[in-house]
Amino acid sequence: MKYTFTEKKDTRSGFGAGLFELGKKNPNVVALTADLSGSLKMNEFAKAFPDRFFQMGIAEANMMGVAAGLAIGGKIPFTGTFANFSTGRVYDQIRQSIAYSQTNVKICASHAGLTLGEDGATHQMLEDLGMMKMLPNMTVISPCDYNETKAATLAIAEHKGPVYLRFGRPSWPVFTQADEPFIIGKAKRMTEGNDVTIIATGHLVWKSIEAAEILEERGISAEVINIHTIKPLDEEAILASVKKTGCVVTAEEHLRNGGLGDSVAQFLAQTYPAPIYFIAVNDTFGESGKPLELLTKYGLDTPNIVAAAESVIRRK
Amino acid sequence: MNKQYPLTNICTQVRRDILRMVHAVQSGHPGGSLGCTDFMVSLYFEILQADPKKFTIEGKNEDLFFLSNGHISPLWYSVLARKGYFDISELATFRKLNSRLQGHPTTAEHLPGIRVASGSLGQGLSVACGAALSKKLNQDKNLIYVLMGDGEIQEGQVWEAALFAAHNKIDNLIATIDLNGQQVDGTTHQVLSLGDIEAKWKSFGWEVMHMHGNNVTDTVNTLKSARKRTEKGKPIVILMRTEMGYGVDFMTGTHKWHGVPPNDSQLEIALAQLPVTLGDY
Repeated sequence: MKYTFTEKKDTRSGFGAGLFELGKKNPNVVALTADLSGSLKMNEFAKAFPDRFFQMGIAEANMMGVAAGLAIGGKIPFTGTFANFSTGRVYDQIRQSIAYSQTNVKICASHAGLTLGEDGATHQMLEDLGMMKMLPNMTVISPCDYNETKAATLAIAEHKGPVYLRFGRPSWPVFTQADEPFIIGKAKRMTEGNDVTIIATGHLVWKSIEAAEILEERGISAEVINIHTIKPLDEEAILASVKKTGCVVTAEEHLRNGGLGDSVAQFLAQTYPAPIYFIAVNDTFGESGKPLELLTKYGLDTPNIVAAAESVIRRK
Repeated sequence: MNKQYPLTNICTQVRRDILRMVHAVQSGHPGGSLGCTDFMVSLYFEILQADPKKFTIEGKNEDLFFLSNGHISPLWYSVLARKGYFDISELATFRKLNSRLQGHPTTAEHLPGIRVASGSLGQGLSVACGAALSKKLNQDKNLIYVLMGDGEIQEGQVWEAALFAAHNKIDNLIATIDLNGQQVDGTTHQVLSLGDIEAKWKSFGWEVMHMHGNNVTDTVNTLKSARKRTEKGKPIVILMRTEMGYGVDFMTGTHKWHGVPPNDSQLEIALAQLPVTLGDY
């Protein structure tokens, strides 16, 4: 299957659109932000449903606790701030009042990864997937484009339990369809192939599709799997593909430690060991720059994925 | 007053429960538990509008209580059991393997009466604010109560919540702070002085009340009075003076018993000061 796109949109706007739609269809959905309603695209919801929108100020710890309390009262709270303030800053609050307590809170995190861009390393969260997937009871979701982020936002409202939803800031190709069903925990096979499996999440799904096209021109058939749900991991889909191809590249805008690659490697090591190559940031903080420049510098761009696939195939 | 027993008798029995629970496993926090006994017994047996037999997490059309200083769990467990949330025999499982009575309270074990985990300090007021907002959204007129320790308010999150509650006029919330002046490493004054607590809460926009936490007449009256002051645009905080370890002479007036259980002979001496009233578990 060939993927094309006619427009670029930020995934955070997919979240904003999904949240607004939820507001219309589910009176129990409430939203909270820590002084970032504009950045998180929550303004449409805030304007339409002022009674269900809570401006928390720059106080993320309190936001997580208030969200837990709202959930105890039967509401479905969506918290919105940047990925670093959604996780590391409030890890203990999430751990105790949300994950351990199994409160029905949806932690929605924007500006994740290097593609946040110019704000630099303080805001470029590269550890969040690791922190969130380590928490028992937590579902971790990282959609790939505008449409998928919107669909994921709608889907997590129907899911009972704590969820971490990760998305980003930059304008990005919209290549999935608006009407595609989003099933939590169910991977999507984007391209079929026999030589190598590329398991990607978030923005790097598009980069992996681009890589697969280049590989095809070189006579290599790559199977791209979009893992939008990091946890629970769709082990069945991964195993089926790797049994066929015999080698794996993982691709994510996250640290190698604790990310999607870790989860895939851990699973395969115990079930079907295969050569694996990790496209991820290697034990370093980011820096200021344009999103695509950063992906290139830190080895997360299309040519890196192509090279990784060629390299891992040689290790079969 | 309570139909079956005077509140003081329930307090005495709850104090026995606390001592026997922490002694049995040689761990837990007797000091703050004993100090807050009169308050929590008053709250559950005289004030709280809640049916122990119909417990749900949401607690629709009921008052909700959150324990933020979760380490005084032996007190909460005893009061919940004595009120009928679960059988008193279960108190014997406190802090043991496979028990619903974890060292710090949790919903993970589905113990009736508990709605959120606590133990890592400073989180309860935020959760209580959220629950209070839910009540308002649901047009539920019942109230939210939360208890915090005084050492606990050294946590910054408490002050985030304090700002938030006043700003949003969360006036269906009654917070109580246990001012026993003690924390793990010494007195609150020695460790990190809290300064003028009343002035702080007032300046944050809260209605401030005072209470003698080891006098059941005063705790009941103050809680009733607090209830009358709800729905007036301000959250309410009750500054409650207590003595850590109250009810057992050698445990009173020191921070030594914050997290230390009595040994066999200390238990015997302590229980001798607290005669059986409702029957031991």
